[in-house]
Amino acid sequence: MTSTFDADAGVVAVSGLTKRFGAVTAVDDLSFTVTPGRVTGFLGPNGAGKTTTLRMILGLATPDAGTVTIGGVGYSERPRPAHHVGAALETASFHPGRSARDHLRVYAPEVGVPDSRCDEVLSLVGLMEAADRRVGGFSLGMRQRLALATTLLGDPQVLLLDEPANGLDPEGIRWLRQFLGYLAGQGRTVLVSSHVLSEVQQTVDDVVIIAKGRLIRESSLADLEKQARPAVRVVSPDAEGLERLVRESGWLAQFEAPGIAAISDQHASDVGAAAFAHGLELHELRAAGTNLEDLFLALTSEQTS
Amino acid sequence: MIAALRTEVRKTTTTRAWWINATVMFGYMLVLAAIMAASFVLSIRSEGASSTGLPGGGTLDPEAIASSVYTLAVALGYIFPAVLGALVVTSEFRHRTITPTLLAEPRRTLVLVSKLVAVLPFAVVVSVAGVVGTVLGGAGTLALMGEPTFLSDTDMVRTIAMSVVALVLWALVGVGFGAVLTNQVAAIVVLLVFTQFVEPLLRILMAQFDATETLSKFLPGAAGEAIAGSSLYVSSGLADLLTAWQGVLVLLGYALVFLVIGRLTTFRRDIG
Repeated sequence: MTSTFDADAGVVAVSGLTKRFGAVTAVDDLSFTVTPGRVTGFLGPNGAGKTTTLRMILGLATPDAGTVTIGGVGYSERPRPAHHVGAALETASFHPGRSARDHLRVYAPEVGVPDSRCDEVLSLVGLMEAADRRVGGFSLGMRQRLALATTLLGDPQVLLLDEPANGLDPEGIRWLRQFLGYLAGQGRTVLVSSHVLSEVQQTVDDVVIIAKGRLIRESSLADLEKQARPAVRVVSPDAEGLERLVRESGWLAQFEAPGIAAISDQHASDVGAAAFAHGLELHELRAAGTNLEDLFLALTSEQTS
Repeated sequence: MIAALRTEVRKTTTTRAWWINATVMFGYMLVLAAIMAASFVLSIRSEGASSTGLPGGGTLDPEAIASSVYTLAVALGYIFPAVLGALVVTSEFRHRTITPTLLAEPRRTLVLVSKLVAVLPFAVVVSVAGVVGTVLGGAGTLALMGEPTFLSDTDMVRTIAMSVVALVLWALVGVGFGAVLTNQVAAIVVLLVFTQFVEPLLRILMAQFDATETLSKFLPGAAGEAIAGSSLYVSSGLADLLTAWQGVLVLLGYALVFLVIGRLTTFRRDIG
């Protein structure tokens, strides 16, 4: 797909960003770059400094040190920033007495779009039928969709979304995944924050992982996945048979006791199939390796301890 | 600026608070003016014009009764436009809509000035509703009791019209106050306590000493009454007032000083 966007204008560059709240350093010399045309996951446990970072990117909070630019310009320096950058920070940012359409109509003049754009974005996020209902009666999932609609008002090149999957049901998460992928495919920059990797694992192309305000990892998801190693734990009443299977299969394994083996770098399905082919009786067969979520937890908890 | 104004006006038109405010003020002033008119008339009928039981020991002739009643909105009802103005700022913090507001328009001074200007049409509606309620209740009661209403008196009409001006200015003071105290519940409670209790008490106390009597004219409530040119306090012999223009400047001054303080404190800090 040919992109209609200038790639340089979509680059979010965070450099040496630091924010202190009293004695607590919420964001600590943080630097990373978000590139256009990809969905980037901004990940870290609760309290890692994700929202504080986003607030500084958006000019809502002033950094103690460091700089943030979007397309080379600070957010607040743009005359009509919502035309270039769409951001949603909190799902609760609605007046409960306003209808969904009225919520959008309020911001339309400042974003710089005609009122007809409000119905367009409501259709885009599938909220058209609820357009005239008061937001006070909305479910969390509907609020998430309305927050997304608000960010899309100005048809922005850069989307910054704080925990957009929070409160969505599995169907909603699937919809969000496809929608964000579609937007990134148009050449837009999409950054989504989350405190659970598995929530956005199938959505993101790149990851920026932080903990305690510091950068832990900035890479593609594929590179991160290479680090995750599968392993299988097997229990068999036939200790000799199990040893023979491991030897003949050429697996790397550790025997905790006769008949109990931890096999590295193998998937449970392959081990199970091999045991069945050898006629070996198994009493336990269980995946025991580091999956991506374990890796994420390990990476972020190193910093915390 | 035009875009920011349209956004701010829409924030008010898309919620119900402003016309509830206008409706309640209309009803409250209608009832209050009727009760006060009736009690003034009854008190001069039973005790003669020499004593009305007012704290200053002043006298009320029929014209003073009428002007005291017609300016009740300015003397006691200004809490309504003040709250209208405060809510323009505080509801953004209560519902956290200040975040999308500042994302759409990061220039915070422009946001505050837009709020100050955009509240004006709604302040006019609320103020007219309050003054119409006051005059209907007051004049209706006076007419029913066979007293003159003075509604064809040009000075009285001027007083009534100027009380609308005073109430509109109170909405601006409210916007400024909301920018200083953004907690909605706290802002409303402080406005209520100050306007309904602290200031009336201060004015009675300050009127007792020469040194403080002059100063009491510069209290916001006194300034509002000065714009209307008359009030219950004056009729009761408690205090003199500034001129109407001085009153306008004093209330505008309160609004702008609050707004600047709000800009330099709440609106300079991190938000969102």
